[in-house]
Amino acid sequence: MQVRNTRERYGLIAVSLHWIIAVAVIGTAILGLWMTGLDYYSSWYQTAPFWHKSVGISLAALIILRLLWRWTNPSPAPLAHHKRWEAVLAKVIHSALYILLFVIVISGYLISTAKGRGVSVFGWFEVPALITSLPSQADRAGFVHYWLGIGLLGLVGLHALGALKHHFLDHDNTLRRMLGMRPRQSKEQDA
Amino acid sequence: MKKLIAGMALSGLVAMGGSVQAADYAIDKEGQHAFVNFKISHLGYSWLYGGFNDFDGSFTWDADKPEESSVNVVINTESVDTNHAERDKHLRSDDFLSVDDHPEATFKSTGVEMTGDKTANITGDLTLNGVTRPVVLEAEFIGAGEDPWGGYRAGFAGSTTLKLKDFEITKDLGPASQEVELILSVEGVRQ
Repeated sequence: MQVRNTRERYGLIAVSLHWIIAVAVIGTAILGLWMTGLDYYSSWYQTAPFWHKSVGISLAALIILRLLWRWTNPSPAPLAHHKRWEAVLAKVIHSALYILLFVIVISGYLISTAKGRGVSVFGWFEVPALITSLPSQADRAGFVHYWLGIGLLGLVGLHALGALKHHFLDHDNTLRRMLGMRPRQSKEQDA
Repeated sequence: MKKLIAGMALSGLVAMGGSVQAADYAIDKEGQHAFVNFKISHLGYSWLYGGFNDFDGSFTWDADKPEESSVNVVINTESVDTNHAERDKHLRSDDFLSVDDHPEATFKSTGVEMTGDKTANITGDLTLNGVTRPVVLEAEFIGAGEDPWGGYRAGFAGSTTLKLKDFEITKDLGPASQEVELILSVEGVRQ
């Protein structure tokens, strides 16, 4: 498998980043939903937010890396037989996923830093508080963080449904090429 | 001339005599010589202190008839502050103060009983989290007199201990943390 993208296929870096981010996003979201309901005496009461925040901040770095990679590599074109509305819808959802991820990370950061404390990342270093004491900062940021998080999970679901539809109903290479697998030649030629 | 002025001042004092006794004091919010704090056990191992940054109120104080004194305080519950953004967000939530539903907490005294030269039990209605219950502030009159800027001030401090459950705060913080001590420590400027 090649490292860089081509016009036909995603390379190793793009595929790895996609799946690392996918697992981290879904895991962090579920962790976030779960941890806010924890009992005060749960042994996870302190560690779950620590991991949630550490992974969340790391995600921002990974997404920036991914965008840089995307902009310095060829983007595989939509498969030729995809309808125009499918390509446009996919593009819109991809853009929304990126935008939501950024806003969610930033709003989460604004909750923790509302009173001037930084955010520890795996205990390795601390991201300092840069914006503090906005009116109702933690509550407003929390509202945005929660509802966009729910929205993001919905979009992830749509994104995954689209991929599964292409794979199982259309029998095309959409999902295969994000898994780094060889294209199914026959189907491509049919199209 | 001097005698005349002295005489006018004296007659003025005599004329004011009646009103001086039961003077109205506004809590010194502007100069921040007033505190509404609380103290609750953390796990039974230490005291956690917090406070409300935004509140206002007044009291009357009559040195000759202290039993006729009264206190009124209105607290903006959203201003709860324990110097920790996430904890304060949690305190504002439905688990504790439900500040969206109950933006104000109030204390209105209903009676003052002197227990010593400078100590009193101030009985009053405390409304917190939408629940109104009678409480007794064990208070100490601290001092009164002219300030260096042409005003006249008086101050007192009082505290009462509440069961969280009595005010429908149901989040369980453990057996050592069922009660919170509420501390009102204020200075008033005579109006």
